[in-house]
Amino acid sequence: MPPKDLKTYRREVAGALSDRFLRRAMDNFAVTYRSGRDRVFAGMDVETLVQDIARLKSLAIGQIDSLLEQFKANAERAGVQVHLASTAQEANAIIHAIARDNDARRVVKSKSMTAEETGLNRYLEDRGIEVTETDLGEWIVQLRREGPSHMVMPAIHLSRHQVAGLFGQVTGKAQNADIEALVKVARRELRQKFFDADMGITGANFALADTGAIGLVTNEGNARLVTSLPAVHVALVGLEKLVPSLDEALRILRVLPRNATGQAISSYVTWITGATECTVSPGGRKRMHVVFLDNGRRDLAQDPIFSPVLRCVRCGACANVCPIYRMVGGHRFGHIYIGAVGLILTYFFHGRDRARHLVQNCLNCGACRSVCAAGIDLPHLIQEVHARITDEEGHPLKGLLLSHMLTHRRVFHGLLKTARALQPPATEATPYLRHLPHIFSEEHRFRALPALAQRAFRDQWPEIRRRTRSPRAHVALFAGCLQDFVYPKHLTAACDLLARLEVAVSFPMDQSCCGLPALMMGETRSARQVARMNLEAMAATGADHVVTLCASCASHLKNTYPALLGSNPALSAQLAAFAERVVPFSVYLNDILGVTAAEIRSPATSVTWHAPCHLCRGLGVRRAPLELIRKAGHRLLRAAEEETCCGFGGTYSSRFPRISAEILSRKLDDAIKTHARVLVTECPGCILQLRGGVVKRKDHLLIRHLAELLADVKR
Amino acid sequence: MGSRKPLWYGLGRDQPMVSNNVSDIFTRNLSAVSAVVHPVASLDETLAYAVALCEVRTSGCLRPGVAAPGLDGPLFHRLTALCADRGVRMVQRNLRRFSDGFDVGFTLADYGIAETGTLVIDSSSEDLRLATMLCDTHVVVLPLSRLRATAAEAAPELTLLMKHPPAAYLAFITGASRTADIERVLALGVHGPLALHALLWEDR
Repeated sequence: MPPKDLKTYRREVAGALSDRFLRRAMDNFAVTYRSGRDRVFAGMDVETLVQDIARLKSLAIGQIDSLLEQFKANAERAGVQVHLASTAQEANAIIHAIARDNDARRVVKSKSMTAEETGLNRYLEDRGIEVTETDLGEWIVQLRREGPSHMVMPAIHLSRHQVAGLFGQVTGKAQNADIEALVKVARRELRQKFFDADMGITGANFALADTGAIGLVTNEGNARLVTSLPAVHVALVGLEKLVPSLDEALRILRVLPRNATGQAISSYVTWITGATECTVSPGGRKRMHVVFLDNGRRDLAQDPIFSPVLRCVRCGACANVCPIYRMVGGHRFGHIYIGAVGLILTYFFHGRDRARHLVQNCLNCGACRSVCAAGIDLPHLIQEVHARITDEEGHPLKGLLLSHMLTHRRVFHGLLKTARALQPPATEATPYLRHLPHIFSEEHRFRALPALAQRAFRDQWPEIRRRTRSPRAHVALFAGCLQDFVYPKHLTAACDLLARLEVAVSFPMDQSCCGLPALMMGETRSARQVARMNLEAMAATGADHVVTLCASCASHLKNTYPALLGSNPALSAQLAAFAERVVPFSVYLNDILGVTAAEIRSPATSVTWHAPCHLCRGLGVRRAPLELIRKAGHRLLRAAEEETCCGFGGTYSSRFPRISAEILSRKLDDAIKTHARVLVTECPGCILQLRGGVVKRKDHLLIRHLAELLADVKR
Repeated sequence: MGSRKPLWYGLGRDQPMVSNNVSDIFTRNLSAVSAVVHPVASLDETLAYAVALCEVRTSGCLRPGVAAPGLDGPLFHRLTALCADRGVRMVQRNLRRFSDGFDVGFTLADYGIAETGTLVIDSSSEDLRLATMLCDTHVVVLPLSRLRATAAEAAPELTLLMKHPPAAYLAFITGASRTADIERVLALGVHGPLALHALLWEDR
């Protein structure tokens, strides 16, 4: 059953967060997966490989019907019956009919996400057929009557002790929690099942049109037994698995196992063309069926926004690097398909009810996009699903209010000023909110929330602005709400430094929120409106560059504005020029202005760096801030998980405070391990999160924006 | 003057030269996934190797030692003689009878792929397929003339095998059967062979 409301879903998530085995298993996995992946891709141009897969899959998706026709002709010539099921129900019915025709009572299965999608096991079991999963992990979760918690490692949520207990029940005698021994138990128990089975069911990783062959990628070898011993073989295959030939499949195969498990190739890759020899089948040849599943895939292939999701090769990497998956595990992070791609596919394959709350559980940190084997912009598509659900179901009051505020700048800024006037009793003269307003619950107390600044940056601007006599450059400052109203200090520090470097600064008063928060709440229309407003405000300055100290604003202005407003041809030239001119503060100083060590030399301290998601992955900026820290004369101590999200994610941290808190706590532990005195970053959202956590935990770690650090110039 | 040895001699830092010869790449990659790789000079040597891996059993025990369905001609006769000599039971056909498996499956690879250390075996015959699945140790002979640098390079040859009428079962095998499904700890031999031995035969 899908959680009935967001509150229920949050409660389920909380259960997962307190599972200590899961916590430890997932933390270990998150770290070892990354290093294993780096190792197995060493010396390869991953980006080119991924782009190649994106291209070839897009081409194949565009010609699903003709590939299917070709596959069908070739497979039928080799003695295979090819079926096309338009729904999950239809696929199950076809497979059941095949079982009935062959009088099959016992079925062995190798792992298939597509069969999970259609609920095949349950369907067959309800009709009196015994179904045995033979992949070790799948067998374990089947015995526990639960679903897989990972696409590649279905039982990653279980400990050896749990497995030993389970196998004890199955075999009727106590089993030691020794992994080698447990694997042998499975070998013994399952071996006879293969021999007794009347029918084998598999999925397929590839369906090759030019030969009518299917390809199976496995490690255990169970798929080989499933396809060899029983007289009947049924492969259930999603239409998106069709590719023209072996050539394309081999190109995907260079990335799939590397991305999935850090292997150059899996132990077995099996290519089956046609009805092969089978001595127990009448006529001496296997009865082979391939059932293609549509279940919305052909419509999806035509969808201008969502068709890229069909490029997915089911490697599971998007889950492996997701900070949320790491915290909650697969059972709370997808319905059948898990991870980032699971949030999207759940909506299309299993409906809005199951997807509604899931799609809100995304930090938009971009870790998934950076490892996707098929180059899918997963966070963007998750936002799009969210927006679509919001449009279908009506916009919630919170989103409407936010939309109204953001699109009426004066109302928004007026409200912020009123809030500031009302806040002193809550902060008790500290710069943090002590008593949370009632809209925030207990769960938000994992970090101290900053108070609104006494004077917003925009109110200080008339005093700050300087006339630079012969400036070497001219920039427009894009402030973003958080720095304008909460952290004006970041901006004043930047203005100081820029003035010293003889850069003229403009601050157009008509700028407003960048619009990212609206997009994160599924309010696409208002996101588009504020984008227009900001575009005009910035254009009016005539500056060479638009500099922002907020990585989230920067990546939103640069990457998302063109997509948001791109449908308007009148704007396209202006948009391209604008996107070109937007630069994060560090890039402006280091790469464009080319500041020297002498210009920013500061009193030395030890510094560790937190790479904001929207800076390192969103904009691909990695070098500039580190070079600036070194040029300023600081000792740079790199943290092991420098690029892991801090758990803020804008509105995310108030939507899922418990998950956010867990991610933050790991982030701070990682920074503290470096023994640096200062943790520096380049995004006010990260600062809000990190500083709030440090204050609550009473850590001895100073959190500063890069601009603040660099403004401490030795005089 | 004594022999001129490098300065680090004896300090344990003497590293073997990394060779980029195709068969070395193959060996390195297949060994990396805990398979055993041996060069052999003749096919006779491969037969002796396979038989030596079989357990010597008391007579009356039915579990076969070697399954070698692909062999024929003189090679078959030599293996038969070797097995008889050592008291090892050899089977060739109808391998389905042996759900409990056998010690060694002996097969010849059609191709090798160096970039991943992969053995390609046309397993269209059911018995040959079962020989590679039901054995404890899978011994594969790869003639070096059949070794290719990359899968892409071998693609046309592989496609020919895949298209071979009436039907084809083509196996890429890179190591023994493995799983990491319990606590992500690697364990070998969950369903198929517990070990893979590749014998590189210099056939040129």
